Amino acid sequence: MPTSFIQPEFKVKIDYDKCHKCGRCVQQCGWGVYNFNERPIPDDAKCRACHRCVTYCPAHCISIEKNQLAYRDNDNWSPAARKAVWRQAETGGVLLTSMGNPLPYTRIFDHLVLDACQVTNPSIDPLREPMELRTFIGHKPDSVGVESDGQGGFRLAEGEGMKNNLKLDTPILFSPMSYGSVSLNVHKSLAMAAQRLGTFMNTGEGGLHADLYPYQDNVIVQVASGRFGVNPDYLNRGAAIEIKIGQGAKPGIGGHLPGEKINKEVSGTRMIPQGTDAISPAPHHDIYSIEDLRQLIYALKEASGYKPVGVKIAAVHNVAAIASGIVRAGADYVYLDGFKGGTGAAPQVIRDHIGIPIEIAIAAVDQRLRDEGIRNWASVIAAGSIRSSADVAKAIALGADAVAIGSASLMALGCHLCQSCHTGSCSWGITTQKPELTRRIDPEWGAEQLTNLVHAWSHELQEILGALGVNAVESLRGSRERLRSIGLDEQMNKVLGVKPAGM
Amino acid sequence: MPRQMAPGVTEGYLKVAPTVVRDGDTATIDATGIYYRQLNEAIRGAIAEGATRVVLNNVNGQRYIGTGVKAKGVTIEVHGTAGNDMAMFMDGPTIEVFGAAQDGVGNTMNAGKVIVHGDAGDVLGYGMRGGAVYVKGDVGYRVGIHMKAYESLIPIMVCGGNARDFFGEYMAGGILVLLGMNTQFAEQPLVGSFVGAGMHGGVIYLRGTVESWQCGKEVGITEATEEDMAALKPTLADYCDAQGMDLAEVLSVPFTKLAPFSHRPYGKMYAPM
Ligand code: SF4
Ligand code: SF4
Repeated sequence: MPTSFIQPEFKVKIDYDKCHKCGRCVQQCGWGVYNFNERPIPDDAKCRACHRCVTYCPAHCISIEKNQLAYRDNDNWSPAARKAVWRQAETGGVLLTSMGNPLPYTRIFDHLVLDACQVTNPSIDPLREPMELRTFIGHKPDSVGVESDGQGGFRLAEGEGMKNNLKLDTPILFSPMSYGSVSLNVHKSLAMAAQRLGTFMNTGEGGLHADLYPYQDNVIVQVASGRFGVNPDYLNRGAAIEIKIGQGAKPGIGGHLPGEKINKEVSGTRMIPQGTDAISPAPHHDIYSIEDLRQLIYALKEASGYKPVGVKIAAVHNVAAIASGIVRAGADYVYLDGFKGGTGAAPQVIRDHIGIPIEIAIAAVDQRLRDEGIRNWASVIAAGSIRSSADVAKAIALGADAVAIGSASLMALGCHLCQSCHTGSCSWGITTQKPELTRRIDPEWGAEQLTNLVHAWSHELQEILGALGVNAVESLRGSRERLRSIGLDEQMNKVLGVKPAGM
Repeated sequence: MPRQMAPGVTEGYLKVAPTVVRDGDTATIDATGIYYRQLNEAIRGAIAEGATRVVLNNVNGQRYIGTGVKAKGVTIEVHGTAGNDMAMFMDGPTIEVFGAAQDGVGNTMNAGKVIVHGDAGDVLGYGMRGGAVYVKGDVGYRVGIHMKAYESLIPIMVCGGNARDFFGEYMAGGILVLLGMNTQFAEQPLVGSFVGAGMHGGVIYLRGTVESWQCGKEVGITEATEEDMAALKPTLADYCDAQGMDLAEVLSVPFTKLAPFSHRPYGKMYAPM
């Protein structure tokens, strides 16, 4: 019997004529692809196409190719489907994978286009005119009370106005990624960048490491079903608290950080013993209803001196009604995570087949909250594969207040989307706890990369707003009239609340 | 929006600061009709002003008593029925309830002690990381769920009556004890089904026996040894002291010990791609 039916997915080719025999590839690869015997000898079966060796090879003599094995044509039984069956026949296991859903579902963002001003109302030049990206996340009052200032003008009356909102200099946050799933250096990079950018990083469910305390005013602390690292001190350090109900990559299932990743530091931050699995149950066992959710929201407010409390859910079929319940339960923001969102580890079947696209979730939730007259009670943060400033603008036009980026931020740190985070051996030092790998990210450099990315997107967003002839991102929010669709059917246009191009 | 009944009244409670009477180290608060938010503000205020004993009279289901309170050497006495999520995230104080408590006592608690001289509801000690919860009577569903331990923090929960399903589910650490003595349901089994389902740490002690079909498949069931009982005795002694019970009587029946087979129950379930 063969040990496996599955053949290597990639071929590692080295042009030995150019090779310096320096051994750097051997050193760089987290998966142990290379053996060195006078020259590097690759084992194709171990390659994940993360391109770490390719990037670091001084001779540029490594190429990674697809293993072009011909499979007998069959659209129904794709090579991937065949491999999955073989792997399960070998192991009897639930297939475990990572990063976002790679299947070719319709990418709705790519079927939406933005408007621009021509002739009748002028566009605005953002380089020379003010262009406001400032965004406030939180509850906005139903009305504003003013009183006379005694000099013929008005001022905000005592106790009136917006309270307890998070102030963002740009409508882009970093999405929750736990310390444990990513390395401490990644957490530090995110925290430093959030502080420099005037936005927020999110601890994810693994607690807050003491090295992040200096950045705590730019940190949202998460409370998930495992309650790892959650104590009064943690709740009081964050700028806001987020209840994690679900994640776009794995709606309806819990988290499970394998014992191998629970080293001393991770164990201290999560406050669980080393080497045990960190299991987050699928539900919070104190939340079985919207009433229970309200109870937890207010417990967190009571414990934190009434900080903003948000609720993160995966975008699922009934998302609009659920979001309405969340807002009525007293959440200050609803975080919607679409089905293309990333993960450090998830069963493949869940990642690829459960949940709905973020574009639809934003539109459905925004519309429902407007119809119910409660849109101002909470902000909407959208995530789940925001790939560019165009996606940011489209998400906001569909009705989001801000977006959160996870995969894109890891890409700024070197991630090549090899979908191998669950192995714990990320060659880029991102989703690993191995010290020889985690030290590959210098937080100072990481913060710079992240700051650059968000600055670039923010500038582009300003350009888009200028073209639209508005001078604040506030004016784009929920303005679906500024979107048109191309190649979407009538039903989809209706769901999105968007007209087809030409109308 | 909260249901408004009359100005200043929400869901039947008065949204006004309660009267606090200060006598030496003791602050006494009349909770009659006071909304939880104002009540808890008053409790925290009294502690901040140096009170080490806070007496709450006429408590009638107000939530979050002691929630998030971080203090050492402080005792809160609750006279009446404590509402949901009492002592949630609590870090240090002792709460003594002369009456019953509702759901969520000691939820995600860090340190301190809760003594309930009556029954308590569902989801007690969820995710609890330290401290002790001593309930005199019966408890509901999902009690001790996902209790965990970390270094010197070892949470302890002792329930004197019967418990319903999912006792100690997902338990990752700590000590969970069920006595079945002070129960209104003496004709029913000591504990419901799915005991310790998904358990991967800690230990459960039951005074009496349990059928294997009542327990999760991750749990090993043995009779508690002399060593086990010697280790448990100080906890039981402390409990008896707090609840005014006779230790010898508690120890007069053999205990069953439930412990997980593995710290990694799902380690082999997955096939990495
Ligand atoms: S890094 Fe490039 S040059 Fe160096 S040994 Fe490997 S293949 Fe050769
Ligand atoms: S984080 Fe690392 S392991 Fe995960 S997809 Fe990116 S490069 Fe691959």
